[in-house]
Order: sequence, then C-alpha cells, then structure tokens
Amino acid sequence: MDRSTDQQIIVSGLGGQGVLLVSRILAESAILKGFPVLTSEDHGMAQRGGTVVSHIKAGRFSSPLIRPEQACGMIVLAPENLPLHQHFVGPGGWMAVNGTASGENYPDRNLFAVDADALCRKIGQPRAMNLVMLGFVLGKSDWNEFAPSFFCNMAEVCAAVRERFPEKVSASAIPALECGYEAATGG
Amino acid sequence: MENKQLMMGNEAIARGLVESGCAMATSYPGTPASEILSSVAALEREFRTGMHVQWAVNEKVALEIAYAGCQAGLRTAVSMKQVGLNVALDPLMSAAYMGTKGGFIVISADDPGPHSSQTEQDSRLMAMAARIPVLDPDSPRQAREMIEPAFRISEAFGIPVMLRPTTRVCHARQDVASGVIVDLKRRPAFEKDPARWAATPKFRLKLHGDLERKLSEIAAHAPTAPVKLNAGPKRRARAVVASGVAAAHLKEIASDPDLTDRFDLYQVLQPFPLHAEFIEEMGRYDAVLVIEETEPVIEMQLADRNRVQGKLFGPVPRVGELLPEGIESIVKGFCKMPSNLRTAPAGGRRPTLCAGCPHRASFFAIRKAAPRGIYTGDIGCYTLGLNLGAVDTVLCMGAAISQAAGFYHAYKHTEKPPDIVAAIGDSTFFHAGVPALIDAKVQNAGFVLMILDNRTTAMTGGQPTPAASFGATGNPLSPVAIEPLVNGCGVEFCRTVDPYQVNETIEALKQALEFCRTRGPAVVVARRSCLLERGPEAKAERIGIPVIVSDACDGCGYCIKHFECPALVMSGNRVSIDPAVCTQCGVCLNVCPKNCICPA
Repeated sequence: MDRSTDQQIIVSGLGGQGVLLVSRILAESAILKGFPVLTSEDHGMAQRGGTVVSHIKAGRFSSPLIRPEQACGMIVLAPENLPLHQHFVGPGGWMAVNGTASGENYPDRNLFAVDADALCRKIGQPRAMNLVMLGFVLGKSDWNEFAPSFFCNMAEVCAAVRERFPEKVSASAIPALECGYEAATGG
Repeated sequence: MENKQLMMGNEAIARGLVESGCAMATSYPGTPASEILSSVAALEREFRTGMHVQWAVNEKVALEIAYAGCQAGLRTAVSMKQVGLNVALDPLMSAAYMGTKGGFIVISADDPGPHSSQTEQDSRLMAMAARIPVLDPDSPRQAREMIEPAFRISEAFGIPVMLRPTTRVCHARQDVASGVIVDLKRRPAFEKDPARWAATPKFRLKLHGDLERKLSEIAAHAPTAPVKLNAGPKRRARAVVASGVAAAHLKEIASDPDLTDRFDLYQVLQPFPLHAEFIEEMGRYDAVLVIEETEPVIEMQLADRNRVQGKLFGPVPRVGELLPEGIESIVKGFCKMPSNLRTAPAGGRRPTLCAGCPHRASFFAIRKAAPRGIYTGDIGCYTLGLNLGAVDTVLCMGAAISQAAGFYHAYKHTEKPPDIVAAIGDSTFFHAGVPALIDAKVQNAGFVLMILDNRTTAMTGGQPTPAASFGATGNPLSPVAIEPLVNGCGVEFCRTVDPYQVNETIEALKQALEFCRTRGPAVVVARRSCLLERGPEAKAERIGIPVIVSDACDGCGYCIKHFECPALVMSGNRVSIDPAVCTQCGVCLNVCPKNCICPA
C-alpha cells in the first residue's frame, strides 16, 4: 500500500456536529483527484446526539471499514471521543482535536489541538466547527507538519466543495475552511 | 474521465432499479433501507420516467402493491429493513409459490450490530424459508450491479428475488459509474390464470413442486455463481468463503503481505440457493472457513461438516457485526498464524431526543399525569423516551397499543390496577397501531394512548405519513387524518393537544386516565411538527420563548436528569442554557422544582 495515495481517515464526533459533511467533502475531493473512494457512515438511532464515526478510504480499498492502527489520521470533532477512537490511528499518525487535548497519552502519534468552537463563533458561523477542523488539518498538511501529507490539499478540497455542493453550502463552507486553515498556518 | 459519482449504497441500489426499467417501487421507511426509495423518488423527479414511487402504510402493503405490478408483467421492487420483512412475510411466502411474470425484487436491508434495529436477524434465512433466491452485495457498486441480474433471474425462472444489503453497504459511499436510464416501454398485461394467481390448496401443492424445481435450476445459474478472488496456494488445502461486506473486508485482508496466497478466497454472490457445483468443489479442501453475516446460511448448505468451520462449528462469532479486525484474527487462526485481536474500547455517548423535540414535552407530561404508571413504547425517535423513564417496553411496530391492552388484562382483577399509558408515533400508528386500537376498544381495555404526531416519520429522515398531503416524489395525495381514524375505531375519548402547552397536556392526560378507568381506551393526540421539518406548517408553529437559569440554581441536576434537553448543561456547580442548541421552546419553564428556569 502506498500511503501517499492510499489513505484511511477517521472522522469522529457526535450526531449533529457535521461528521457526515466532512466525510462527504473528503470523498468528493478524492473522486475529483481520480482516486477510488469508500466511506462508511452512522445513521438512524446513532444520529440523535450520540457518538458517530465515519471511515474514509481513498485509494485501492475494498472494505468500507478501517481496522485498528490502519488510519493515517483522525479528525476529532468532540474531544470526549479521543480515547474511544484513537486506536484506529497507527504509530506516526496524526490526530486533530477540537478543543483542548494533550498528546501526553499518545506519544507515538502527532496530536494537534485547536479551539474550533471559538474560531467558528468568531467568523459568525457557530455551526461550522466541522469545516474549521477540516481546514485546520489541511493547513497542517499543506505546511508539512505531518507526513505523509493528506491525499488532497486545500485548493483541491475547495474546488470539490464549489463543484459538488450547492452554492448555499459552498458560500458558507469556504470561509470556515479558510478560517481553520489560517489557524493552522499561523496566517 | 468516466462519469463516476459518489453514491451511498442505497442511492446505488436506486440507480440500479431505475437503470433496469423498474416501473413500480414501494417501501416503508426503516434504517438502513430508507434512502433506497427516497433516491428512486429523486431520480423519478429528475428523469420523469413515469414510474410509480410510493411510501406505503407498512411493508406488507408495500410488498403486495409491488407484487401486483409484477403480476401485470412490469418490473417492480419493494424495499424495507429486515424487521419490516417480518411484517411482509405473509404475502412473500405466498408470492414465492405463485411466482412472477415481470421481474420482482424484494430488497431487505439487514443491520448486523445492531446499529438501529430490534434484532440482528438475517434476511437470507428468510429467503431460505420463503424458498426464493437471495443476492448478497459487498459494496454500493456491486449492489447496483446486482439489480439487473436479479430482475433477469426473476423473469427467467418466474420467482421473486431478494437483494440483501447490510448497513455497511447501504450506508457506505463509493465512486459508482452510472449507466443509462432505460424505459422498457412495457404495458401492463395481466393474464387471468386462477389456478396460479388464486390457487387453492390443491393447486398450491403443484406450485410448491414448481418452486423447488426452479430453485434447483437457480443453483446452477452461471451468472450468480461464486467467484474466486485470489490466485491462492498451489495445493488446495484451505478455502475461505465469504459473502456480503465480509467478502469486501476479506479482499483487503487477503492482500496483507503475510496472508497472500495462504488460502483460496471465494465470494458467494447468491447465498441461497448455494450453487451445487460449488458445494461439491468445497468438498475437495482439507478445511473450509465460512465468514458471513449474521446467520450460518452458506455454512448450513455445505454438506461435509467435518471440514467446515464457521458459526455453527468454529471460530466465527454468532452475534454482532463482523468487523474487519475480527475477521483478520479469525483468518490468521485458520491459517495457524499468531494474531492479536485489537478490540475497540466500549463507551460513547447515548443518543437523545433533539433540543426542543415535542416528544420530550409529551414524555414529561406522561410522567406527571401518571407518575407510577406502566409506559408501553414503540418504534421511532420516541423510543428514546426511555432515557426519560417514560418508556418501559419496546417490542415492535404497533406493540405499544396491544401491550397496553395486555397489561390492562393482566392487572384488571387486581385491587389497584396501575395507570397504563402507551406512546406511539403518527407513522407507527398508521403502520400497525390501528388494528391494535380496534382490538382494545372491542375488549374495553382501559389505558391511555398518546399518539405523538410530529407530522413525519422522523427517525428515518422525514418521510411523509398518510396524514401528509404529499407522497414520495412530492406528488399531491389525499391525506387521512388521525382523529377521525381514532373515532372510526370506536374510541369515544379523543383529545388533541400541543405538547409545548405542558399544563394543558397533563390535564388532558389526567382526564383521559379518568375516562379509561371505566370506559375503555382513551386517546390523546400530541401534535407539533418535528423540528427537523422545514415545511410551511412546521414554520408557522415555531415559537420563541427565550429562557434563563436564575442565580438561585443550586445545581441539583434535576432538570438534566429528568428532562435531558441537550441545551441544559451543567457548568461549574449550576445549570446554564447553551444558546447555540436551545430552540426557545419554553417547555423547560415547567421543569425546575425550584422554579429556577425563568423567561428571559
């Protein structure tokens, strides 16, 4: 498996936080790059505020689920989920956490924390924490703060959002992505 | 570039149906199957092929409507979740005998886990019981590709065909190439043949014989025969046989460097009837491991028990979803390799009703009006009333009413029978509640039925109920109102309330309880739109009562424990309102025993 193109990513959160939108954006970005893609989502009873997790697999995969330690990274929208889902991320992998989290318990992984709730309120989009987090990860990736870098970059994700989602979604999504991106790159 | 679209498994199935010239599609919503019909409806809105697309009142009715279409020579399909198949089993068993003219596909989506169901039952086992072939897709792509062959089997052999996706197929998304939308230009042409379509028991015996003959021919049908997925070792020592999403996991696991060519890997596309030649072929291996969800359907059909491992005999767990890490560990054990199964930690947050959900207000009122009652519950979002201590039983669709009657009869000769309150959603009431209410009235069963009418089928994504005036494609329909239906069942007490008006709701429930003690069932309809609804009715109902928590709050946590609104949060040693979550419904004004929640 070539980890620069074949990548497995976990998005973890609570029902209503927008886990599904983040995974859909990543899947659309993969398709625009010509990669095969598979995702797995939680629906139904799991969506009413309960713990939800999405698996995204871009590249040559056949199973919709990620095995423990096979994910190269994880976006954590609810910090309480970190101990629940950290086992998916392999040594050397990255974990981007909304809120305060310490990497002490996970010495073999790169942990990045950012207060995305505060950032999205700052730009007047209190519901866009999920996209701020995605922008944040893209910023860390584009500035080579973890390796191998994400299978897509900020420009490609923005292009996917513009091309594959309704205008109403993209008009608010792009500023939220940019907000997170800037927080990651210090710009 | 090929035209590849990101499709959910259920969308891919819908795409397959429309591309195969399906002329009628029916369903009753249920996770994980719901998006099949809504995706068919979206395609019908886009392409206007003239297809009949409908949400039926329940799965039995849905199946019967679609079956009649195939009797008239059209290609038709019905979709449902696995427990919905229980409801539809009566017509399916009989339809298997009578067979089909046009192609007829029964899509029954299983939910190993279970993630959102009462049971982990295996629809393939139901196909076996009904004596119809079943196809078991491993991915959204394969689910779409199986639709046309399923219609072909159905038409070639004159038999209903089941497609059995699981949650991990239905709710996976994949890049799927879409094909051309086909109009078969078939005209309905029902040919009368009473010996078949209205067969009496004498003719049924012949039909049963025909059915078994069809099955033995389908067990030799080449297009759906098992496929070998890897080169495998030189000597035929070990075979691993998988179907459905387990096969998708195995394709990946078998390509791990340490497992390459340790065994021959086969994927079964049609678990029943299992191909006869394949059964013979498996007899040539020293050992065969079968991995399937959730019952040992393939395993049972492999004749040589001494060589076969799986769920009946062997290392594959009989309960729960088969996760890829578990399969990896089982396969390594089968190959006599060391493995360390890494299991996920348990835990996580339980689901709850949304902030501002009208059901929460209804359950609060039930607890107040009948504090020591027996509360029978039902299937829907409002099952979550159990978090609030207001749901004591959940059996199946419609059972809240018949179980309330059952508890009444169980207790009726005791000195002080308890108050009994049943809670059922609007869609569930239509689905299976009406016959139960008729029965309760006839038997004079004393309990209160609260119909939680949020004007939609909320849990599954907001499909219209028979009381809505529109159908699956947004087409106008003739609605049936709940109150006249209740009255038509003979129930003499029927009052409608707005659950946000908490005191009035409690009062109505108390009057209903008084009534039912002597005069049979009483009904209270709690009507207020689901907050996820965006229609004009829902918008007109919105209210805004901002609330604050006063400084007198001592942080006792009563409101959080007994009301569990996500907008009420403990911050430090007192409760506060999360303004990002609060819908300003104002219901919590009635909750604090010390009156610390006040209008802002």
